[in-house]
This record gives sequence, C-alpha cells and structure tokens, in this order.
Amino acid sequence: MGDTKIKLKVLGVILLVAASVFIYYSLPFTMGLDIQGGTRLVLQVESGRSSVPAEEALSGVIAVVRNRVDGLGVAEPIIQRKGDSQVIVELPGIKDPDHAIKILGETAQLEFVEAEWAPTDEKLLTPEKIRALYGENARLAKVEDGKDGRAASERLIVLKSTVLTGADLKGAWPSVDQYGNPVVDIEFNSKGAGTFANVTEKSVGRPIAIMLDKKVISAPSVREPIPSGKAQISGGFTAQQMHDLVVQLRGGALPVPVSVVETKIVGPTLGRDSLDKSIFAGIIGVITIVLFLTAYYRLPGFLASVALGIYFFLTIAVLCLFRTTLTLPGVAGFLLSIGMAVDANIIIFERLKEELKSGKKLRMAVEASFHKAFSSILDANVTTLIGAFTLFWLGTGTIKGFAVTLSAGIIVSMFTAIVITRFFLELMSDWNMVSDEKSSLLYRGFGK
Amino acid sequence: MKFDIVGKFRLWFFISAVMLGVGIAALAYNSFARGKAMNFGIDFTGGTVITLRFDQKAEIGRKIGDVRSILSGFDLRESVIQLVGENDLTIRSEPVDSDARAGIISELQSKFGSVELLEADTIGPVIGRELRKQAFWALLLATIGILLYVSFRFEFKYAVAAIVALWHDAIITVGIVALLWRSVDTVFVAALLTIIGYSINDTIVIFDRIRENKLKSRDQEDFGSVINGSVMQTLARSINTVMTTLFINVALLIFGGATLKDFAATLLIGFSLGAYSSIFIAPPLLYLTEKRFGKKKKRRA
Repeated sequence: MGDTKIKLKVLGVILLVAASVFIYYSLPFTMGLDIQGGTRLVLQVESGRSSVPAEEALSGVIAVVRNRVDGLGVAEPIIQRKGDSQVIVELPGIKDPDHAIKILGETAQLEFVEAEWAPTDEKLLTPEKIRALYGENARLAKVEDGKDGRAASERLIVLKSTVLTGADLKGAWPSVDQYGNPVVDIEFNSKGAGTFANVTEKSVGRPIAIMLDKKVISAPSVREPIPSGKAQISGGFTAQQMHDLVVQLRGGALPVPVSVVETKIVGPTLGRDSLDKSIFAGIIGVITIVLFLTAYYRLPGFLASVALGIYFFLTIAVLCLFRTTLTLPGVAGFLLSIGMAVDANIIIFERLKEELKSGKKLRMAVEASFHKAFSSILDANVTTLIGAFTLFWLGTGTIKGFAVTLSAGIIVSMFTAIVITRFFLELMSDWNMVSDEKSSLLYRGFGK
Repeated sequence: MKFDIVGKFRLWFFISAVMLGVGIAALAYNSFARGKAMNFGIDFTGGTVITLRFDQKAEIGRKIGDVRSILSGFDLRESVIQLVGENDLTIRSEPVDSDARAGIISELQSKFGSVELLEADTIGPVIGRELRKQAFWALLLATIGILLYVSFRFEFKYAVAAIVALWHDAIITVGIVALLWRSVDTVFVAALLTIIGYSINDTIVIFDRIRENKLKSRDQEDFGSVINGSVMQTLARSINTVMTTLFINVALLIFGGATLKDFAATLLIGFSLGAYSSIFIAPPLLYLTEKRFGKKKKRRA
C-alpha cells in the first residue's frame, strides 16, 4: 500500500468512529419499558356483537386511546395496532399503572336519557307494565345518591330514550358545585345544544338520566329549559373520578368495548438494576475475550480487539440511526453479536496460520486468508441472519429488540472483520511490525 | 493429530440418542407426573406474575404462609410463591385484574410495611395460544429459510445434514430445560431461535471447508477422509469461537439480571450442543447421505 493510501484509510477509520460518536450523542437511545419502567397494555377490541366494522372499530379505538393517553400526560407513549383486533399501548415511566389501565379500558359511553321517576306502586314495577306505561324502549334502572364514590341511597327510575351521547360534546372541564363537591362541566356542540334545549323544555319537572357505560350516574330534575348547551354532571365523584371522567369525555367514547388481555408493569428499580448488571456482565465478557484473543493470537489478536472496539462504536451508531428502542434482550443480543464479530476474526486468523504454514510470505498469506475465509463468513452469517429475521417476525415487543440488535451486530461484524481487521493486518505486514513469519508476535506455538 | 470423526459415527449417534432419550423421557415424565411437558410460563398459559420487594425488616422469607393466606382472600390459594434473593417475592397465579392486584398489594403493605411493585405481568389465555402458534411458525420458517439458502449455496444433502444437526440441538435443549423444570416463556423461544442461528453458523464453516477440500481433491480422495481432514482443519476455530461466545454467556449467567439469567443458561446449553453437533453429527451425516445416495463412481479410494 502506498503511503497516501494508508493515511487515507486511517483517516477513514477515524472519521467513521467520530461519526458514530456524533450519532450516539445526537440520536440517543430510547430506553425500553423493561429498562426505564412503565406499563405495557394489550387491548383486545370486542367488536363481536357490534355493528361497527372491525377495521373501523380498531382505528376508532386507537384514536380514542391516543386522546386519553394524551390526557394522562405521558411522555413518548407508543400506541400501535397488532393484528386485526388488538392495540398495544406502551406508557413509559408511568407512576400509577392501575389508574391508567382503568382510564384506557373503560368505554366511557356517556348518554343523556329522557326519564321519569318510577311509580311508587310496586305492582307496576315489572318490565311488561313499564313498557306498557312508558313506551316500547322504557326500562327500569337504579340511581345511587352518593358522595365521594360511595352509595348512600337508591332510587328507581324509568329510562325512556337516549337523546344525546358523548359524541355530541364540545368539551368537558373539572369543576365544583356550590357545596364544593367535584363535578364535571360539559358543553354540547351546536347540534347537541339544540337537542338539549328541546329535551329540557319537554322535561321540565322530570329527571334526565346521565349514564356512563350503561350505569346511571346521576338523574337531575329539570327545573327550567337550558338553551345554552351547558350542563353539569354530578355523581358523588371523588376528585380523582372527576378528573378521570374529564379525560375520558374529552378523548371520546370507545366505539366498541375493549378488554385488557395483557399487562406488563415494570417498576423503575428493576429495569435500571438489570441494565447495570447486564452492562457489567458485558464488560467482564469483553475483557475476557480481549485477553484471550491477545494471548492466543498475539499481535493479530490485539489488532482484532481494536477492530472489536470499532465494531462496538459502529453497531451502537447503527442502532441509534435506526431509532432502536433499547431493551434488556436487546442488550443481550448486542453482547452475543460480539461473539459473532470475534468469530469472523478467528476464522481469518486460523486461515492465516494455515497459509503461513504452507510457506507463504506474510503479505501474501494475509491476502489468501481473507480471500478464502470470505465464503465461510458470508454463508455462516447469512444463515444466522435468517434465524434473526424470523425472530423479528415473531416479534413481540422486547424480542423484536433482541432480533434487531443481533441482526445489526451480525451485519456490522462482517464489515469490521472483512474491511477493518484486514486493513490492520495489511498495515502490520506493510509496516514490518513483525520481523518475519516466525516472529513471536504471531501465533503462540506456531510452527511447532 | 488425527481423529476419525466419520468412522466413529455410531458412537456419536449413540451419545446423541442418549441425550435425546433423556430429554424425551423428561418431557414424558413431566406430562404424566406434573400435568404439562414443560414448565410453561404465563406467556404460554395466560396468568399473572407479580414481583414484589419487601422491606428488609419484614423477613418475608419466613412468612410465606402469611402471604398465602392473604392471597386466599382473593381466591388465589393455588398461586406459586417463590422467594428471590432475600426480600423479593414472585407470585404466579391465575389472571388477576388491576383492582385485585392493587388490593393484594395494599393488604400486604398493611401487614408487612413497605412493599414495592417491581414487576407485574398479566397475560390472557388467548395471547398464550397465539404465542405457541407463532413460536411454531417461527421455528418452521427459520428451518425452511436455512434449508433453501444452504441448498442454493451448497447442495441439498448439506442442507439436510445441517438442518438435522440444528433440530438435534433444539430438541435436546428443550429436553434439558424440561428436565431442569426451568420456566419457559417468550424469551425461551428467542433463545431457541438464537441457538439455531449459532448452530447453523458453526456447521456452515465446517461445510464450507468440506466443499473447498472436495473441489481441491477432485474426487481423488475418499469423501470420508476429506470430511475428517476438514473437521480437523477447522477444529481450532470451532473451539475458539465457542469459547468466546461462552465467555459472554457465562458472564451474563453470573452477573446478569434475573431476566437474562435464564436466557443465558438456555444459550449455554444450546451453544455447547451446537459446537458438538457441528463436529460430531453434521459431518458424519453428510458422509452417510453421500455414501447412500451419492454417485458410486466418485468413490475410488
């Protein structure tokens, strides 16, 4: 190699490492849930009996869940569909997972229902009698008068027909009534306000039932028509319940019910602890490998360790570039790919040893060993990549992270072994670092 | 230094048959005595796993009975409660919803003082079924992909020998994990696929050398001695590579966090088997298929 060419190559290697470090700092890793702690939910869309088409139901659920997550104020949430009927929700660093599960999982279907207080005569309280008296859709329900979420007394009410739903709302705000109890202020959109005005006019002296998910939460009696489209929902809420309801009403109701089929909660202590342990394990493993390589392969082994360092930077840069989420299995995949990266070097060095044994000069032997090792490195790595790709396809959350780091590691390792290690070995022979083929800087026990 | 790897194939096959036999016996024994072939985790069966950290002063290790009686109040008497380290408990049970979980934790708190929720997983039975299906397809797909690639780059019989070797590794790993009754979850499936990837890697490097030496020998040499020679030439690489991967694995096993320990243990078993099968199973298999189905005129030695 000419002097200029060598200098250019050295410069190339340095630039590559510098670029990697730059990428690492400008596009830092997102930590996975298993590391930074948080909650992962899988919601199953129960569109079985619903008239809403499955596809529409799913995209509707995703939109509403996204609104509610925004309402919860979670930084960097992930909301994505999984298959035909599931939604994955990842909420990093959330403090109260059970609360989040409750808010996201409830349908929050708000209904305003024309109603009347049930007759006191118990003989009339059968479904048939009620239908005969109040119309085909009428049915009985209970209203609980309560405070702070506890029921104090019960009253029977006859529900007639739903006149407005959560879809007619323009907004919802937390508030307090004149006694200081938490309530939710709502405002209807212009169409809803018109309907509400009509209904309240018709219902003066009678109650309007406000239902949430088919349960009557309050049934205020209408004293006068309300033309403004503004109303207040009181239901003996606690402050927390009030805030949850506001989030849900603002986010809209789910078009179909969902059930939570999978939850994963990771406390912040565990993930950090596991990451530190894994990194420590990785450092120990890498030090052992470097010692082994240098002891067994001498100078080439040391050069391979330097190449391994470059591999380390490059792989991290590639992972950052692809915006990979760092998970614990991902860290394991990365550490395992170091073994793979070393393997390519070992294949080459063993070849080099053979080529030297057959009497070739160092420079020629380096050429020949790379030439011959290439097909086995390629085939071996491609078959491993096939395995890694199927893992990616299996891909549930954290496993995907593992597949990604393993694949990236394999591809980068081929590059470092074939390009960087080769360059180092060529330097070694060109700069006469080893005096001859029998130098003690080459293999231990070589030639015996 | 010369070993007749190919000639002693009966010995290697016998060793593998014993390992396979032990594994299958373990699976059968588990099915009968324990009701399931492997210790399937909630990823496969559905259920809840909660990991809690208790206060040092609670001395929770001696009060597992009290924990169980609290769980009984939630209809979870059948839960598996396990002490991890000194202060952590893992509770595995039927699926528990978030209200019940919060209830359990608050009762434990009132009895034992501070209780920190480290981790809680709940998986519905439907998801478990899906995973089993996916795991099966992933293994099948990986096999087919490798079969096609190796057939294309080498020959079909190389591919068959390589596939048999990797299934050998996968099945024995499953058997050993069943024998040790270690928990099996998604991470285990990932470990199996990784083992397959490594096993094929080891085998391919040896096959690559066989392919090269066979071309060089121009059929002048017996295929058996070509294979023996190739295995010997790549032996140092095989040993050194498995050693470097095991360095990382052992480090993860000793120092790694709880999640990665099981993973590293499975890989340790599988990688060792992979190194073994790529030397002692795949090359003799290749020889036997060549002898049985190869063209007769090639054997002149």
